[in-house]
Amino acid sequence: MDTWDKLNALHLDALREIGNIGAGNAATSLASLLGNRIQMTVPRAGVLPLKDMTGLVGHEEEPVACVEFTVAGPAPSKIFFLLNETSAYLLVDLLLGRPVGTTKAIDDMGASVLTEVSNILAGSFLNAFSDFCHLNLIPSVPAFAFDMLGAVLSSAFLEGGYFSDRALVIETKFYGEAITINGHFFLVPEDRALGIILQSLGLQLD
Amino acid sequence: MEAIIKPQEVKVGIAEWQVLRAPGRLVTLGLGSCVGIALYDSLNRMGGLAHIMLPDSSQFQDRSNRAKFADLAIPDLVAALIGQGARRGRLVAKIAGGAQMFTSGDRHLSLLNIGQRNAAMVRRTLQGLAIPLVAEDTGGNYGRTMIFDLESGDVLIRTIGRPIKVI
Repeated sequence: MDTWDKLNALHLDALREIGNIGAGNAATSLASLLGNRIQMTVPRAGVLPLKDMTGLVGHEEEPVACVEFTVAGPAPSKIFFLLNETSAYLLVDLLLGRPVGTTKAIDDMGASVLTEVSNILAGSFLNAFSDFCHLNLIPSVPAFAFDMLGAVLSSAFLEGGYFSDRALVIETKFYGEAITINGHFFLVPEDRALGIILQSLGLQLD
Repeated sequence: MEAIIKPQEVKVGIAEWQVLRAPGRLVTLGLGSCVGIALYDSLNRMGGLAHIMLPDSSQFQDRSNRAKFADLAIPDLVAALIGQGARRGRLVAKIAGGAQMFTSGDRHLSLLNIGQRNAAMVRRTLQGLAIPLVAEDTGGNYGRTMIFDLESGDVLIRTIGRPIKVI
């Protein structure tokens, strides 16, 4: 039995709250980078088989940009930031100050822009998460891919050294009001991180 | 009035395998570092498609899903095919996937190269079962979809931004 089989509604609420605080901070960063209002959905938290995770974002063959981080420290986790194709192109145009519609493919420059913006967002997310839980969380160097959602998401786990076929996922969707940004933020704590995160919030697993 | 019968299309999810007869197609979407293995008996026009995630089950305690591992999924798929009338000596294999999707300044990712290890273990397992590997489209840094036509034994490889390839 894995640790996450012991999670009750209260635990999931606490994990959703981490998602809320972390993603809220990241959304604020994105909004100030873009000078636009960015909204976010109420986070979802749950244990999912890997094959169902793609369904939270879209179709397996849909192109997406994904930046992956491994979080080290007392609560080892993964962070994925996913953008659909049009959002990825738009974000590159906006951040490079090009007319909207210029970017039609992700080249090295585009990859570097998206990796950097994700780095900033993941940093904002982790700062809020660290402060809230009083845990020292250290993100790795980011890794980038732009390809089919199914290929990218499964490889984000496998290439990042996460080999379980289920994951506890805390997911938030970002969207712009005036601009079409559609992104997903995933926080995936490893099994051994769960107890530590919950304990830091005064909750016990039994 | 002409009846248009669309051949049956069966989807194979991640860490799953399926067996099917002609006319029909087995499809697995978005292989990244995972590997898809198509096994075909051309006389019976039947085959199986597996979508494995990891090379070697002996490194893991939890082996509840055998279809996840190359070393377990392939023998299981062969047994299922034989159980449904395929002849072992006629089976041939085509494989795709095993890419390295992510690029990073971080060196440990490339050292891990799970895609390459998946493809290597698939080849070794096929060799151990004396199943000839007749075609493959592996490696690189891009995702692949496999569409396995049980009528012809052809495997179509669909990617983003590249022409469809038939192996």
